[in-house]
Amino acid sequence: MAKYLLLKHYVGGPERRPQGTVPMDQWTPQEVTDHMAFMQHVADTLKERGEFVDAQALSPEGSFVRYDGEGRPPVTDGPFAETKDLIAGWMAIDVDSLERAHEVAAFLSSAPGPGGVPLEEWLEVRPFLTDVPQVDA
Amino acid sequence: MTDLGALFKDLGPRVLGVLVRRGADFASAEDAVQEALIEAHRRWGEDTPRDPFAWLVTTAWRKHLDVVRSESSRRRREVADHLEPDPGPVTGTDETLLLLFLACHPALSPSSAVALTLRAVGGLTTRQIASAYLVPESTMAQRISRAKRTLSRERLTEPGDLAVVLRVLYLIYNEGHSGEVDLADEAIRLTRQLLSSAPEPEVAGLLALMLLHHARRPARWSPDGALVSLDVQDRSRWDTGLINEGVEILQSALSLDRLGEFQVQAAIAALHADAPVAEQTDWPQILEWYDLLMELNPTPVVELNRAVAVGEVDGPRAGLAAVARVPDSVPRHTAVRAHLHERAGDLETAHSLYAVASRSAASAAERDHLTRQAARVHQRLHRA
Repeated sequence: MAKYLLLKHYVGGPERRPQGTVPMDQWTPQEVTDHMAFMQHVADTLKERGEFVDAQALSPEGSFVRYDGEGRPPVTDGPFAETKDLIAGWMAIDVDSLERAHEVAAFLSSAPGPGGVPLEEWLEVRPFLTDVPQVDA
Repeated sequence: MTDLGALFKDLGPRVLGVLVRRGADFASAEDAVQEALIEAHRRWGEDTPRDPFAWLVTTAWRKHLDVVRSESSRRRREVADHLEPDPGPVTGTDETLLLLFLACHPALSPSSAVALTLRAVGGLTTRQIASAYLVPESTMAQRISRAKRTLSRERLTEPGDLAVVLRVLYLIYNEGHSGEVDLADEAIRLTRQLLSSAPEPEVAGLLALMLLHHARRPARWSPDGALVSLDVQDRSRWDTGLINEGVEILQSALSLDRLGEFQVQAAIAALHADAPVAEQTDWPQILEWYDLLMELNPTPVVELNRAVAVGEVDGPRAGLAAVARVPDSVPRHTAVRAHLHERAGDLETAHSLYAVASRSAASAAERDHLTRQAARVHQRLHRA
């Protein structure tokens, strides 16, 4: 009974596996469709098991924003073409153990790529901070 | 409608208990009770029956029989059993026990057992449970129906596993409160019900533990929402009524001389509750209880808490030596070391350990607390 965020990065994280280096726009349309269908299948499976919390995909383009003093408009910067880290989207799950969270991440990572071969993409697994337990000492 | 809601919450589980006692399988009994509640919701507005409980039992049982009959028209079997149930008592506390044994069946995962317990025994709605655990309602609904499916494949071995029930109730209590439902209150209510049908010392121990911790809750948070640690809590804000009740329940449990870990944990909580100021805490006795707990349930978490007690009894150096024997993957390991180093006068180390501990805290409130501790020690360092 803990929540985890499974983060998918466009850029960043450990080095990609060889089968994950071909950009999606160079796959066949069927391979793209199969990949998307698999992601939906993972979400459906998690829903059916009562483990699903949320899934969102992010636009790769955004900008940086900050406060610039009272009465002044926010300052924006970017978008930047080159970044060290870029988040593609996430899935949030509520599961019984960290082992189960890793299992779900591995399931997602087995999504098919070119030739139907599992992409073995890296997913970052981050625990949510919880409420403080009632029993403290 | 809120009055009806409270009534349904109370009556739903009792009606379910009757149906299960009469031999209905858990999943279809639960469906029948839900349907009866929906019908009550529709009809009671203008015309509430004189005996709502009897009305619900009759209606739910009729709905259950409808399902059984329509199934039996396809495959005629076991109908007689269902149509001619033992009359049996209509109410009774052991229905609570039966339902808890089912909802906390060892075949269920902890999260499923928690959800099913709150729904079937606690009478909460799926929406309330979902909001308490911050998941979508559809996710919680799936979790509950999966649990019911799992149960329909399992046979209940009588008696059920009381230790599993206690663990599930403890999990519910520990979750605390978010959303409209106070899970700690729910857990206390259910544990009280359990104790009246299963007067076992460990059930009493768990209830005492809950009450003694609950008593401290008003002092656990500052007005601006920050966590306040036990040693600096305003003890005048502790609920003495709950403390007295907890101590009384614990004492009668201990007198039965069948010790278990919940009784020991409650005894430790009682010793904290007994000290009018933190400095008067009876740490030598607390350490003895931790030694006992290590015999009953030697986990690294218990060993870490024991090390804190060692630090209070024999000084921070002895405490640090005790911590060194605990695997450093245990939560709060670094925070305990920080505290002991501060008491030993090593502020440099304490500061950096508090900072490290804040980055590995499991909760936001704890992280903020440890960050403030680091900042406080930092300030002490630079004033000195």
